[in-house]
Amino acid sequence: MSSLDEIRSRVKLEETEVSNTTSTNFPGNYPGYDDQLNLDSFRDNLTINIAKLDDDSTEFDMIGIDAALANAFRRILIAELASMAIEKVHIHENSSVLPDDVLAHRLGLIPLKADARNFEYRQPGDTKDHEDNTLVFKLKIICKKNPKAIENNIEPKNLYINSNVYTEHMEWIPIGNQATKYTANDVGPVANDILIVKLRPGQELDLKLVCVKGIGRDHAKFSPVCTASYRLMPEIILKEPIENEDADKLQQCFTSGVIEIKEQKNGQRRAVVSKPRLDLCSREALRYPELKDRIQLNKIRDHFIFSIESVGAVKPNMLFVESIKLLMDKCEHLLNEIDGNPLQST
Amino acid sequence: MTTSKLDTGYVKLQVCSVEDDDPASESGDRRQKVESFESELKQSAGAMNLSFIIRDEDHTLGNSLRYVIMKNPEVDFCGYTVPHPSENKINFRIQTKGNVPAVDVFRKGLVDLKQMCSIVMEKYQEAVEQYQHDQKMETT
Repeated sequence: MSSLDEIRSRVKLEETEVSNTTSTNFPGNYPGYDDQLNLDSFRDNLTINIAKLDDDSTEFDMIGIDAALANAFRRILIAELASMAIEKVHIHENSSVLPDDVLAHRLGLIPLKADARNFEYRQPGDTKDHEDNTLVFKLKIICKKNPKAIENNIEPKNLYINSNVYTEHMEWIPIGNQATKYTANDVGPVANDILIVKLRPGQELDLKLVCVKGIGRDHAKFSPVCTASYRLMPEIILKEPIENEDADKLQQCFTSGVIEIKEQKNGQRRAVVSKPRLDLCSREALRYPELKDRIQLNKIRDHFIFSIESVGAVKPNMLFVESIKLLMDKCEHLLNEIDGNPLQST
Repeated sequence: MTTSKLDTGYVKLQVCSVEDDDPASESGDRRQKVESFESELKQSAGAMNLSFIIRDEDHTLGNSLRYVIMKNPEVDFCGYTVPHPSENKINFRIQTKGNVPAVDVFRKGLVDLKQMCSIVMEKYQEAVEQYQHDQKMETT
């Protein structure tokens, strides 16, 4: 690879710095390169391989895209995709040890299975719960002594009834036509065993939980992902053969599995890069004077290893598709505004 | 909350009026006061250099749009800033080489970005189908 190509396509990890971090492939920057946007070649070069996809999480490789776009998708996943969460808690009774505000905050963070695409945003000042924009749950529970408690067993679960309040105690109250559209299982918490608060005999909760649609930029509880992140594909180049003790040392410097040691025909043990994908890019190898000039550590600038973990409401592949749609909607909105009404001046 | 988008009279996109040394406005007397609001708009619409104000957007759209617009060879400079973290808007600047109005470049950038997204979507859905097909083959 020519040095120019290397600057264009690799992020270089050096001993004291990381260089070539920004994309520079714009028209006019490099003589002899046509860096214009070409949608056909973008389509041909873009490769997406899915490494893992299940109900909660996904990992996939996206090759041939710039960080500007990959980062837009990541940011949208975290902060701009809508989901439903408990926004208001009407507290009729709370004699638990948790103060009202702490309890309400805990409740807000419970992820719900309700699909936000079926709901609308609630307008500010709108005090009426409407079937199109609100879900309501009731949480009414009293802790009592267990009359049938087994003797000599001091477990709270044996001594008391309802000593632990879980999400399974939340009861969905359908509004309007909601009962015909959804079941309690469609809209309820993603898990039934999330502990909300612990009670002791005589303590009780009587709460009304009001859920609305929102986005992660407003509050993290509305984010539909646990994490959405990407990292660049590492590349390890051994400039010359590294053998025997040096090979062992090199192997120790990387995450296990990255470097393999192969026995040569002449009895020498030689280091081979086997799975660079596993590397966490520690740069430890560059601390050894006997190794640092014989290797080069890079990251491939346009190879993103994307990972998305859903909180459980929407499948991660659907979330990614929604994030792309949202970026397209943003463009569409601006295009409409340019074309529809001529530009407004300040 | 994003509810403000539904307010009446909401304008997402605005342009700053032309006042810098713009080749388009150099033909006339630049210091002459713009006579009416409409002519100012007209002037902005044909200007080679323009600053846009995009409300309710941040680095998500700003950086991806900047990338796509910088890929356009007619563009001399393109950049954006978030003027203040508590103001929910970005200032987006485009300077062209003088052959195309900045607005056209901006529009082309939006169209290109949208198409790039649809290509990513298409490829991603293909990949998902392929993956699900492979999984099915493995289990049978």
